[in-house]
Amino acid sequence: MLEKLLLNHYEAAAVILSGIGLTNLLLQRNLIKKIIGLNIMDTAVYLFLAAKGYVEGRAAPILIADGSGGWLRSSALYVNPVPAGLVLTGIVVSVSVTAFALALTLKLYESYGTLNIDEALMKMTQEQEELEARIDDAEEEVLSS
Amino acid sequence: MINMFAYNIPFASIFLMMIAAIITPLIPNRNRLPEKLSCLMIATVGILSAYLLYSLTNSGQSLNFNFSMGHFPAPWGNELRAGPLEAVLSLVFCTAMLLSLTGNLSSTAEDIAPKRRNIFCVLVNLLTASLLALTYTNDLFTAYVFIEINTIAACSIVAVKESPETVRAALRYLIMSLVGSGLVMIAICLLYDLTGHLLMQNMHNAIQVLVATKSYMMPLTVSLALITAGLAIKSALYPFASWLPDAHGSSTNASSAILSGLVLKGHIFTIIKIFYRVFGLDVIHLLRMDTVIFILGLTAMIMGSVHALRQKNVKRMIAWSSVAQVGYIFLGVGLNTTAGIAAACLHIIVHACVKPMLFTAAGGLSNAAGHKKGLHALMGTFYVNKWAGLGLIAGAFSMMGIPGFAGFASKLSLTLASFDHATVVWALSALAASSVLNALYYVPAVIVVLTHNKDAQKNFTAHAPTLSYKISMFVFLALNFYLGLFCVPLLRLITRGVNVL
Repeated sequence: MLEKLLLNHYEAAAVILSGIGLTNLLLQRNLIKKIIGLNIMDTAVYLFLAAKGYVEGRAAPILIADGSGGWLRSSALYVNPVPAGLVLTGIVVSVSVTAFALALTLKLYESYGTLNIDEALMKMTQEQEELEARIDDAEEEVLSS
Repeated sequence: MINMFAYNIPFASIFLMMIAAIITPLIPNRNRLPEKLSCLMIATVGILSAYLLYSLTNSGQSLNFNFSMGHFPAPWGNELRAGPLEAVLSLVFCTAMLLSLTGNLSSTAEDIAPKRRNIFCVLVNLLTASLLALTYTNDLFTAYVFIEINTIAACSIVAVKESPETVRAALRYLIMSLVGSGLVMIAICLLYDLTGHLLMQNMHNAIQVLVATKSYMMPLTVSLALITAGLAIKSALYPFASWLPDAHGSSTNASSAILSGLVLKGHIFTIIKIFYRVFGLDVIHLLRMDTVIFILGLTAMIMGSVHALRQKNVKRMIAWSSVAQVGYIFLGVGLNTTAGIAAACLHIIVHACVKPMLFTAAGGLSNAAGHKKGLHALMGTFYVNKWAGLGLIAGAFSMMGIPGFAGFASKLSLTLASFDHATVVWALSALAASSVLNALYYVPAVIVVLTHNKDAQKNFTAHAPTLSYKISMFVFLALNFYLGLFCVPLLRLITRGVNVL
């Protein structure tokens, strides 16, 4: 068991990191901390992919010159380029999602003055109740006059 | 063999919607030009999908084809795959999207500031593109990318109606969606490591080998569980549906219609493809995922309706009813037979036609009642906006499963499909209980709308429904009756589609 963990220590670290990220994303009340959790989770996935995509002793998937004007073409010399491509795509996605989440968080802070989504809900229901009470009062005044 | 024009339609429809999303912000933002352009593009794609469907069903023996992007052959290149089911779904998605937009033109104009209306159109176009891509793609990582595009666009069309409430709902929706897509991404990475492929068919072959040799069963189960959980969060399967009523209940009517009717369906169809095309029904049964989905579907059918019963706001009530309807679809998927999945797909289509109609109708009625959304405020509104009233009544009857309306067809086929299954008693009793519960909250709504209320009617803002509203509602009603009365050829077509999925 421990041997396997040591052998796959990159993957083990990635799993632990993604666990930390997911717990933060789900359980933190503060939105900024939630977004940091999201980023930790995404980074863990990139670590996992990078670790899986790397084979020791092989070069990056760019053709190497063989010294006599040709190229070394054996596929045994290079690593698979797809995991790196997946990481790049993932980074793009995570950056755009983070930007969007931060923009919405800013909007929420402007309206409620809090970064806590539950506090925002409480304030909203309070405001609604006050509004309804005011409408009721106004209606009563109209009726009595 | 299919002709060259039809062969290019899957790619062209995704590409057209992406182009539309790019050029919408560039055209002048007046005379509602952006909206007209979006509607035109969606209609074009709808017609293209109809032509694709026509040529697929008339092509003879081979009912589906793979479109390789950039002409790279299978294990390396990216692929789209189109069959009758994909063509039907994209036709339905385009139709429902178009009708949700045209039916709610006036409420969109009220809710969204003029300078942001072209941005709304960008989001709608992106959403359509991502739905089409999720329908057609044969590559799991492309599916992931479009799931994320879908997430951003879907959360933005909630937030585009600028109010503190919608921002909060959008944030909640976004966080749940991000949890879901994070799980999907982890699962896709695991599957790629296990199989060495991203294309669904190659993955399927590799998984068959893994299962036959009984190697890596644990990681396979974990990745299936993660991808199912991730997509279930995004398609609002019951225990994960807490975000849905806020997002669907508070946004503008067009957004609610699109989100409830279409966005959930894109993710559900992705689950169906993963079950059927990537893993195969035998492996799903071996890994026990069908039982999990079946039980969650049953729970959703009951709990969605129970929550809907307690709502006072009409839009939130319809939103919770979506949770129950998603439960029906997952019940079909959980049956894990071709008939079950075909019934689930029929219910996807039915719900994609009925739910936007209900939201459009509810929007029209609350507009007639002076923008009040409370159920009691709608008393007598049928007599102010008859089209909206008819839409609500037909939609409610359809959701209850009254014969002749669309919901009856899909409930009947779900019932028939569940007879092949060992747990038929559970499925039938849940279907019965859920239908009764549906009636318990839809019938009072219909009665309230139909009750004469002279005092309130004086206060109603008496603006008649616009022409576009009437036409959209008429098409919705026609679709509803078509699906209810003539669903047999459609179901046959879907079954053929599922067989070659």
